[in-house]
Amino acid sequence: MIGFLTGLLWLLGGIAAAMAAGWLFRTLMVTISPRGVAKEMRTAPLTASFGMLMILIYIFVAFFAHWLAPFSETAIVGREYEPWSSVNLLGTDNLGRDMLSRLIYAARNTVGIAFVTSALAFILGSVLGLLAAIVGGWLDQILSRTVDVLMAIPALIFALLLLTILGTSVINMILVIALIDSTRVYRLARAVAMNIVVMDYVEAAKLRGEGLWRLITREILPNAMAPLVAEFGLRFCFVFLTISALSFLGLGMQPPTADWGSMVKDNATLITFGDITPLLPAGAIALLTVSVNFVVDWQLHRASGLKE
Amino acid sequence: MAEQEILLTMKGLRIEGRADEEWIEIVKGVDLTLRRGEVLGLIGESGAGKSTIGLAAMGFARDGCRISGGEILFDGIDLRRASETLRRELRGKRIAYVAQSAAASFNPSHKLIDQYCEGPVEHGVMARGVAEKDAMELYRKMQLPEPETIGFRYPHQVSGGQLQRAMTAMAMACRPDLIIFDEPTTALDVTTQIEVLAAIRNIVEQFNTAAIYITHDLAVVAQMADKIKVLLKGEEVEESDTRSMLAAPSQDYTRSLWAVRTYARAEQAPVAGATPVVSVRGVTAGYGTIDVLKNISFDIHARRTVAVVGESGSGKSTTARVITGLLPPRQGEILFNGKPLPPDYRRRSKDQLRQAQMIYQMADTALNPKQRLRELIGRPAQMYLGLNGKKLEDRVKELLRLIELEPAGYIDRLPSELSGGQKQRIGIARALAAEPQFIICDEVTSALDQLVAEGILKLLDKLQTEFQLAYMFITHDLATVKAIADEVVVMKEGVVVEQGPKAEMFQPPHDPYTELLLSSVPEMDPDWLSRLLAERAVTGVAESAGN
Repeated sequence: MIGFLTGLLWLLGGIAAAMAAGWLFRTLMVTISPRGVAKEMRTAPLTASFGMLMILIYIFVAFFAHWLAPFSETAIVGREYEPWSSVNLLGTDNLGRDMLSRLIYAARNTVGIAFVTSALAFILGSVLGLLAAIVGGWLDQILSRTVDVLMAIPALIFALLLLTILGTSVINMILVIALIDSTRVYRLARAVAMNIVVMDYVEAAKLRGEGLWRLITREILPNAMAPLVAEFGLRFCFVFLTISALSFLGLGMQPPTADWGSMVKDNATLITFGDITPLLPAGAIALLTVSVNFVVDWQLHRASGLKE
Repeated sequence: MAEQEILLTMKGLRIEGRADEEWIEIVKGVDLTLRRGEVLGLIGESGAGKSTIGLAAMGFARDGCRISGGEILFDGIDLRRASETLRRELRGKRIAYVAQSAAASFNPSHKLIDQYCEGPVEHGVMARGVAEKDAMELYRKMQLPEPETIGFRYPHQVSGGQLQRAMTAMAMACRPDLIIFDEPTTALDVTTQIEVLAAIRNIVEQFNTAAIYITHDLAVVAQMADKIKVLLKGEEVEESDTRSMLAAPSQDYTRSLWAVRTYARAEQAPVAGATPVVSVRGVTAGYGTIDVLKNISFDIHARRTVAVVGESGSGKSTTARVITGLLPPRQGEILFNGKPLPPDYRRRSKDQLRQAQMIYQMADTALNPKQRLRELIGRPAQMYLGLNGKKLEDRVKELLRLIELEPAGYIDRLPSELSGGQKQRIGIARALAAEPQFIICDEVTSALDQLVAEGILKLLDKLQTEFQLAYMFITHDLATVKAIADEVVVMKEGVVVEQGPKAEMFQPPHDPYTELLLSSVPEMDPDWLSRLLAERAVTGVAESAGN
């Protein structure tokens, strides 16, 4: 009972701290940013500003991992499974590597790869989706049916299959996940663009004799941006989880590279001893995913609210 | 008529709307009294607060609006203080609302009669079976075809005019004391409009229902209302009974509203022997296996306006699509200055595309919401005439001045920062930027208020003389035709029924269809509808031309 109450207190305290951090961050941003941005920021709910703060922290950690991490990513600094101490703040892992350092380096690896992968999935999916919507006809048929076939296979199993065939390397993993995720982006981009190509202003641009490239970049893309950006946020989270899942299954990032997914797998035994250390990488994943979604929700709400 | 008891009073009604985190007053202290069986016409431009007041009569404010002051008394009940439960009880049962677009207000996945019965059954006024019988009775009163079975159709299976009548019947379902009609005929053709107006007036009289009739069409309100209230920017301009208001409006603003309909430009004399700018020759075109256009031919000369008139579905807009090359015709051809144009726009040269421009009906969807005016107007000039940098900017400013907008204040605005009339002006500027010889105007004024529409027509006229433009003016509004056309082409079901100079077209003898169109245009005379209906009952014209 006491344990439950303390837990509850911690939880409430955590939420309060997060809200306070969000509020402080928002106030800071409103005062230091230029007027246009400041006006946007003022409308941001606390959840969104907390999300933005967290994302910034992750980016900062990923960029400055070298300076922030007390030890190197792969160095063995002690015995296996050492408890938290003043030297190894979060203890050591199954091979005696510093847990905190690996958590910090994994931010760079996992977040970086997830970002590259979702960006790739995005470029591929949205360009093809917009193209299919404008050109239509046989091109649309070919692309859409191919995507249907790809989507018919469960994503994780398909990824495992392709990675087994192609071999596990970071490049292969990025390409495979990008390909699979681009099918989802394609569907959204095509659906959104379908509603835009029938607008009179697109017809006017066609009648003016505008080329395909300009139609896409100037007439359609700006109007499809809001849902696509929101999708980017969600897609980023999914990619992130897929990478972690693949790493957990042993087909993702290869040792000794630090990665949150495989870190959970490697240290899972500790949970049986009541140690929460293996949950920290999982927590890092959860926190980033939640933060990204906070920001995306806000953006989505804003985009739909402005539509009159 | 003996004075009846007062049903609705509003005193000093104030409503605020939220914009950019501020509350702005949109209705500024309006008083209103309505007796049983009385019809009050609310008129004014868009943004005058007509609909907002109409909704407030139900004790309702739209999202982002709030009723901030005054009182609303409905049959002794203070709607502002009444509980939400009580208000919900009143709505639908004692106060009903008929919206502008019946097509958007009906749930497309339920049959008409199911939606009809929902109100009475929900409010416990009638049992389902009784309600169904009642629906058929009202459908008959609204002169809907096959009143016994029409209710079992889905909304998309009946025409727009029928849907609007079904909507009015639905509003009558609980025999309310008050109905609010919010522009119920604005989206309809003139010929359908008459049927709906007659049906509404008939049913309101029969059940002694009070009504608030919101519209921007003066001639319509003259037929429907016992008294008229003119609104401007949330304030009352004047109120009096219909006849005295029409005969002698006391305020300048009201007089300006009245004067709009008298605008007419001087007719351009045809130039004998000149090659027409655009010449449509024996065009047959359509979608799939259906021919929407059947052997259409007409010419458009420089400095002249050809108005293409007809109901929706008559093929007016399809003609425009054929001329612009969006829909290659099956037979026939389009000549431009005597030379044939390639049927598909993709095969036309840049210069051919430049010469024929188009202005769209809905300025909202015709302007890319993410582009600033600089780009919207500048792009055709940049593309066709190769202007860039300073020259392009000067050209855009010049065009903005041509359409009577101050360049400095507007050049970097987005379309969402403009009013409806200004958006339409931008559409005109974009067409002008290409320096064309020929412009297609597709219902350019039908979405605008009369005062604003008049401004647009005057502007188009000025530009025509200045740049020797040829216009093809697609419209269903004969008042507009009277104002601007040199020549008229009347279309029905894809065929040209009659064509000729305006003066001849408005003089008898007419083709029966032209006659029907002309006689259906509402006039400012309050007795016009009654007289017309009486005439038609005798001759049976309405029967022969109704769908």
